[in-house]
Amino acid sequence: MNTLLNTLLLLAAAVAIPGVINRTRARLAGRRGIRFLQHLYDVRLQLRKGAVYSPTVSALFRATPSVYAGAALIAALFVPVGDLQPLLSFEGDIVAFAYLLALGRVALILAAMDTGSSFEGMGASREALYGALVEPALMLTAGTLALASGQCSFARIFAAGAAIDTQQIVILLLATYILVKIVFTESGRVPVDDPRTHLELTMIHEVMCLDYCGVDMALVKIGGWLKTAALSLLAADAATTAWGCPWWLAAPGAVLLTGLSVGIVESTQARNKLSRNTTFILTIAALAALVFFTCYLLRLNIGLQ
Amino acid sequence: MNYFVTDNTSGAVRLSDIPELSYGEFYDDLAAKLSDERYHVAHYFALPDDRRMRFFCLLLDDAAGQVLVTSHAMEYYEDTALPSLTALHPQMHPFERDIAERYGIRFDGMPWPKPLRFPFDRYDRRSSMDNYPFYTMEGGSLHEVNVGPIHAGVIEPGAFRFICNGEQVLHLEIALGYQHRGVEAAFAATDNRLRQVCLSETVAGDSAVTHATAFTEALAKLAGRAYPEQLVRERTLALELERMAMQIADTGALSMDVGYQLGQVACEALRTMTINTTQAWCGNRFAKGLIRPLGTDHPLTAEKASMIRRNVAEIARRYDEVRHDLKSSPTVLARFEQCGIVPRDEMRRIGGVGQAARASGLQRDIRASHPWGIYASELRHEPIVKRHGDVMARLMMRCREVLQSAGYIDRMLAASEELLAGGSAVLPAPDYAAPLAPDSLAFGLVEGWRGETCHAVVTDAEGRIAACRVKDPSLHNWMALALAVRSEGISDFPICNKSFNLSYCGHDL
Repeated sequence: MNTLLNTLLLLAAAVAIPGVINRTRARLAGRRGIRFLQHLYDVRLQLRKGAVYSPTVSALFRATPSVYAGAALIAALFVPVGDLQPLLSFEGDIVAFAYLLALGRVALILAAMDTGSSFEGMGASREALYGALVEPALMLTAGTLALASGQCSFARIFAAGAAIDTQQIVILLLATYILVKIVFTESGRVPVDDPRTHLELTMIHEVMCLDYCGVDMALVKIGGWLKTAALSLLAADAATTAWGCPWWLAAPGAVLLTGLSVGIVESTQARNKLSRNTTFILTIAALAALVFFTCYLLRLNIGLQ
Repeated sequence: MNYFVTDNTSGAVRLSDIPELSYGEFYDDLAAKLSDERYHVAHYFALPDDRRMRFFCLLLDDAAGQVLVTSHAMEYYEDTALPSLTALHPQMHPFERDIAERYGIRFDGMPWPKPLRFPFDRYDRRSSMDNYPFYTMEGGSLHEVNVGPIHAGVIEPGAFRFICNGEQVLHLEIALGYQHRGVEAAFAATDNRLRQVCLSETVAGDSAVTHATAFTEALAKLAGRAYPEQLVRERTLALELERMAMQIADTGALSMDVGYQLGQVACEALRTMTINTTQAWCGNRFAKGLIRPLGTDHPLTAEKASMIRRNVAEIARRYDEVRHDLKSSPTVLARFEQCGIVPRDEMRRIGGVGQAARASGLQRDIRASHPWGIYASELRHEPIVKRHGDVMARLMMRCREVLQSAGYIDRMLAASEELLAGGSAVLPAPDYAAPLAPDSLAFGLVEGWRGETCHAVVTDAEGRIAACRVKDPSLHNWMALALAVRSEGISDFPICNKSFNLSYCGHDL
């Protein structure tokens, strides 16, 4: 029962986040905006269509959408909502989580290279660079959470309940901040990437999916939503634990945290020059490292007078 | 005297009055003159006439406000190669390429004899768009990226071939011609004056007023008729409204390309307001049907004038806020500043015109250097010039020009208010049957929103239009885009491109 609720909340968050982002952006632009669930209608339409493949692609290209969506789904199933029990959980699943996401990314990069298109090759090279830079940030943050709670599985980290002392609260809030930044990077939003642009030369994630259509495109999109939801839930979990809020706040918290922050940033900011993305992501990684070591020192009970 | 000296307000020139030099004289004189910054070539084209080929050249003297007209000629079947002026002055390249492609004239020492637009009746039918050899470079770490000719969205066709080292662009080659429709041939194919004017409005859809004004100015010169000042004022009004609309649209498009939503939506709304104002005036948002030879179908009334005045003031007020927002937004500045720089000297060498040239510090503005109509009398136009030549300079150029145009519109409407209120401004209806001077050349030289636009109209012995040669400012400025992206990141190409916003069909004709 507990697990079922957890899974449903996770899926609901995955569906709601894109809706909230769209709505926020529309409101800030002074528009009414599209239907809240328009993205679901779009995906339904795509799922009803077939797929067209270029004669130059191999089986790898065809398998990738399933791998990408599958990896994202399994990774998301590790994530608890508050202190509920996730569907999948084992000791060390924080590492599995990070590398399932990496698996999806590698599959997408290879598929993009497989098409032989110069656009997709550029996208793949950018994604590989930014992926490699954001991975340490994610691993270090997961490590920080594990270190702070002494547990190695998301379920147990957040099941431990409310944070006890101020030091832990600060660590958890910093982890929340880093995770939100990772959400921006991983889900390809402004300022790192711009999901709305039609300019192939500036895209990162979108350009790798240029050759996909129909069912495959739908799977890639769904994979993206799940990935965003999983990371946002982690951020919300960390925040609710820090404040000792009730478990159910984590789900709406994740939706609002990501939906509003992404929506506001996308409405009020221009995206980075591509070369500045590296700095942006490295800053996240550096901050993650800093928080990790601070946490480590605190564990050693070295007083910070 | 090597030149027939005239200016942008004088009448048509008889073909027999235009001096005919030998190519040697022409070459030496032009080579010397073009080294001086005050001169640039507005038009240079060849016209077959019986068994002869006559080449006309319109040289602009910006300092003296004069237009120097000259020509040289050769036998139609003569196949001596002419020494290329492009080798000395790259600004000649589109003209020489056009002449070579159309008539098979060979230019000796032409650095890059690349076809310009592959017209149907080109000299060398074997060279086609499909087998065009793009420039390539060898190198293990280099890769080529081809964009187009079909683009995403509603962008016109054109092929861009980048040679990149990683993310850095080493070279960009632009291949155009996909929009070639035979506009110039269509001008000569009909005697229907109305059809010809409609045709001029469609040379470039975003510059309908500019091209129609250039064409009707040439027609008026050939007809030898002056028209009432109020009509001149209304045309200028339309031109400035078009300028406002397009500069606002480009501000929005630039914001969109860097993902700056606030700038984008604000400018889209303002641009709609501007073109709707034009629509309320003449029934068409792009002012098609407004510019007609020697008269107008849509004279301003007192109500329309006050409506335009009100709207333009409101647009200017709101646009100024957007401008302030753009200027004070660090993320926007980070994208636009120091991006896509074209230095002044390069701009001068390639013969850049219009707002792009002015953003690089090169003062090329027909409204100031060769004023016509109301610019010569009521409005003493002071061109806005920026120094940096980057995307930000071109954006700020647009911002300032919108406000300047709004000011001009206000002044012109204020000046015509009394006239309209008195009901004394009865403007003539268009005259499509006015006889044109035979065997003459007339040009319409207009500063559109994109820059210097020139229509050269040549009539035959019966006073029919034998040829209309159109030059859109894009013809010069595409080269500036190719230079601007060198050593930039390839992901910055879209904003460089948008900062120039050049016309494909204006180039391809």
